[in-house]
Amino acid sequence: MTIVDDPQTRPGGDYEHGRDHEHNPSADAPERPIGFGRLQRKEDPRFVRGQGNYTDDVVLPGMLHGAILRSPVAHARIVSIDTSEALARPGVRAVLTGKDLEPLKLAWIPTLSYDVQAVLATDKVRFQGQEVAFVIADDRYAARDALELIRVDYDILPPVIDVRHALDAGAPIIRDDLEGRTNNHIADWDCGDSVATDAAFAKADVVLKQEIVYPRVHPAPMETCGSVADFNRVSGELTLYVTSQAPHAHRTVIAMVSGIPEHKIRVISPDIGGGFGNKVGIYPGYVLSIVGSIVTGHPVKWMEDRSENLMSTSFARDYIMTGEIAATKDGKLLGIRASVLADHGAFNGVAQPTKFPAGFFNLFPGSYTWEAVYGKVTSVYTNKAPGGVAYACSFRVTEAVYLVERMIDRLAIELNMDPAELRLKNFIKPEQFPYDNKAGFEYDSGQYEKTMRHAMDLIGYDELRKEQAEKRSRGELMGIGISFFTEGVGAGPRKHMDILGLGMADGAELRIHPTGKAVVRISVQSQGQAHETTFAQIVAEEIGIPPEDIEVVHGDTDQTPFGLGTYGSRSTPVSGAAVAMVTRKVRDKARLIAAAMLETRPEDLEWEKGRWFVKGDPSAGKTIQEIALAAHGTMELPEGVDGNLDAEVTYDPPNLTYPYGAYFCVTDIDRGTGKVTVRRFLAVDDCGTRINPMVIEGQVHGGLTDGVGMALMELIEFDSDGNNLGGSFMDYLIPTAMEVPDWETGFTVTPSPHHPIGAKGIGESATVGSPPAIVNSVIDALRPLGVTAMDMPCTPARVWDAMQGHATPPI
Amino acid sequence: MQIPAPFDYARATSVDDAVALLTRYGEDAHVIAGGHSLLPMMKLRLARPDWVIDINDLHDLDYIRRDGDQLRIGALTRHRTLLESAEVLSLFPIVTDAERVVADPIVRNRGTIGGSLCQADPAEDLSTVCTVLGAEAVIHGAAGDRTIGMEEFHRGPYETAVAFNELLTEVRLTIRPRSSSAYEKVERRVGDWAVAAAGAAVTFADDGTLDDVAIGVTAVGLVNRVASAEAVLRGEKPSESAIAEAGRLTGEAVDPDADQRGSVEYKRHLANELTQRVLRRAIARAQGLEA
Repeated sequence: MTIVDDPQTRPGGDYEHGRDHEHNPSADAPERPIGFGRLQRKEDPRFVRGQGNYTDDVVLPGMLHGAILRSPVAHARIVSIDTSEALARPGVRAVLTGKDLEPLKLAWIPTLSYDVQAVLATDKVRFQGQEVAFVIADDRYAARDALELIRVDYDILPPVIDVRHALDAGAPIIRDDLEGRTNNHIADWDCGDSVATDAAFAKADVVLKQEIVYPRVHPAPMETCGSVADFNRVSGELTLYVTSQAPHAHRTVIAMVSGIPEHKIRVISPDIGGGFGNKVGIYPGYVLSIVGSIVTGHPVKWMEDRSENLMSTSFARDYIMTGEIAATKDGKLLGIRASVLADHGAFNGVAQPTKFPAGFFNLFPGSYTWEAVYGKVTSVYTNKAPGGVAYACSFRVTEAVYLVERMIDRLAIELNMDPAELRLKNFIKPEQFPYDNKAGFEYDSGQYEKTMRHAMDLIGYDELRKEQAEKRSRGELMGIGISFFTEGVGAGPRKHMDILGLGMADGAELRIHPTGKAVVRISVQSQGQAHETTFAQIVAEEIGIPPEDIEVVHGDTDQTPFGLGTYGSRSTPVSGAAVAMVTRKVRDKARLIAAAMLETRPEDLEWEKGRWFVKGDPSAGKTIQEIALAAHGTMELPEGVDGNLDAEVTYDPPNLTYPYGAYFCVTDIDRGTGKVTVRRFLAVDDCGTRINPMVIEGQVHGGLTDGVGMALMELIEFDSDGNNLGGSFMDYLIPTAMEVPDWETGFTVTPSPHHPIGAKGIGESATVGSPPAIVNSVIDALRPLGVTAMDMPCTPARVWDAMQGHATPPI
Repeated sequence: MQIPAPFDYARATSVDDAVALLTRYGEDAHVIAGGHSLLPMMKLRLARPDWVIDINDLHDLDYIRRDGDQLRIGALTRHRTLLESAEVLSLFPIVTDAERVVADPIVRNRGTIGGSLCQADPAEDLSTVCTVLGAEAVIHGAAGDRTIGMEEFHRGPYETAVAFNELLTEVRLTIRPRSSSAYEKVERRVGDWAVAAAGAAVTFADDGTLDDVAIGVTAVGLVNRVASAEAVLRGEKPSESAIAEAGRLTGEAVDPDADQRGSVEYKRHLANELTQRVLRRAIARAQGLEA
């Protein structure tokens, strides 16, 4: 095959100059884009008509139902479990305990972080809500009722709840199952240059230290986790319908855990009702449904309820951070230190690239130039549910951004400098990219000042400051908060990034049928991100077939190529690149066929969207549809070209992509009650090339709402006995439309130089970027009262405490 | 899906039928109206009735009717109906204030005034409203109707004077001239239980003094009216200093618990602050200065 040098097939292609693809102002416009632009979501008709197919919609002949008995206490030795009464209940088929799983070597399974976790507790329970027994019954009601008939005798042990005392001498040892454990320490990790940072601090005019807590929150997807396992005893094949953000990775892990050969396992991830990282891990319930199906010979469904989801599945954050910042008196940043105590719960089950035990916390230097930086994280066990990396956090970039953006504002207060001005003064400049952030990551591109100034114009920053001054003179509390964030998303280069040894690449397959309709098969799995629309648009942009003629297949390991799935905003950076590259491969092949059809040389052909034509003679050309028919037809094909128009690729990203944004939040605080109202919020995002602006805005709106939740109300709290105080939506508050303003959005376009279409991930930007803007706004509002810091969540009571001069950390 | 413990279900066809069903099934039966308190508690298995008696077919209990100097509200009247009633707004704006912040629209579409009062949750808004307005409750049992005041109606958290074989059928509010009222709540989020709330009703005498004042608070450990604070204002012309003193006394009188919604100190502060706000608003409304 002849490879012709074509600027359009080079990475970056014709997107290098930030071409804006917003041809159509509205997705309702009659003219629909063949490629990028606003387009209504292809998947929505089935959702708005109630025709979605979620895991709990799966009903198989003879299907049984499982329910999990969970520990009511945080830390206890199991003395005995009596299942006889439950087994005798009509409708109950089986009751499994840890003892039953031990001979199968399934009582414990590996986590995604080279620890182990209990499927059903054998020795001890280590958090409230931990799995203790599994009932399989004819229907879900019988299964639930039987749970109350299981008698468990617990010998209560003192729990480790306060993470600040987890490493104390004499603290109870949680993981005595691990050989030789004498404390609750998991790992120490650091990045940057400690000595150089000390030197930078030594010459600073101003040095500040501030504890900044990002408390435990929960992704709380609308659909809880669950699975339907169907093991065929004759063929030895397992079909697993499961709430999975990563069906291929889950298939491989299930093969490793269960001993069922990988080629005999089919993982189907049907429609997913939100993931946010909550559906990346392998939960005991999934394993139990598989064991249940093997034991009973029937399909077994397990669906957790809301309380189980909140109390036992992957939480997020739980970082107690101490920031230190050094600067000159005129506001030149010199150094930053971050020191973190991380609560990982009872099992180290964080879902992140193996070589990054603190995720991508390396991004804590943010969007600024420093002489030196140094960060360290110590992770520990506590008697709480495991997890930590979830809730659209971009692998801990959320925590990193929150730290640096709070510290920048803290410094601005100290220097009596405008926080926007302080940021503008210290931004990394466009000509400094690719930029080594001194903590191990190389930012690919950015025009920070341009984006910041655009946002300041859109929000009317100077006017807002004037309004604030007037209000302050009347004693009213109004705040203006800023956050400028840089994320690193799209994990990642195989040589650096893997999960359980699986390189973080993604495959794509494209077939153009004889009639010119296409099907593209991808390895990532939508949980609401509109893959069926945006991936069709990528193919359309590259080859000129209308999106409605392109079917996107995902979520079934028997139907799609291998890849690591959707989380950490990696779908567009990795899988989107794979789709662009596979389409270019097909386009190159089409060029060879078109040349034969036109009886000319491939290098004499030129591409315009949808057709190859002869250079200098635009009327002589062949559309992609004509070429597709010819490829499958009777024409003699050029040598080395086989009779189809298909291709496949696996894309190994050369680097992460680095989306960024400038967020502004305006709050009003009721001085008498401490109640915070978010009056305005502006998000100006730069995610490089914008595939479908409507989908981007939808993602941003969702993430901003998450941000309001975290900043103002969300908190998984525990009492001193380890009881989870956030175990239902009556106690764990997520925001409604009443708590959020009309979102304002804007954008700049700085394409990623290494991504085939210049796109960067956008899925988590707003969740990462919005909490610091809101909290900074609250602190700014409270400035006249002398407040310089407070932690989330900014509930009325906590804000009032801060107003009285006694802000307290939530943990 | 959260699943309640097993229960049986019966649908009442009339008030007498409901009372008969409740009598037959005894203390382990529970009336369901809107269901937005009972069903979550059943799903969490905190409530485990053997029988659920559904009164949603008793449409003759769904009304707002003026009768002389009384406004009679059927127990099955939905929150949304109360919220949208112009008559309620003009006569008792405290009810409209409260209905705006009762849970969320989904709950207000189904939930009823009778259900709210009988649930008697300490953070429930309409109990405070009815206490402040001096409402009467009509309770129907096998022996017929009995009518009692709110002080008698409320026995404590989750406890009322309605016996297991009785049904609350009507709430009566007395219409007074030169009167108005107001309610304000602080919550962490729409639909959350109140951190604290306060309600006030005032009646002016001809000479511009306050003939009567009623103050009630929600979710701060006080079921009855705040007599000490009311006394500061009664018989006087309203003044900022008296309002401030009434707020201060209310903050002293309450007995809140510290929880995730706030400290004792904060809740006392809110009782004070919100009492002052609702007094100012009720007075301004009665004087025709504010809607």
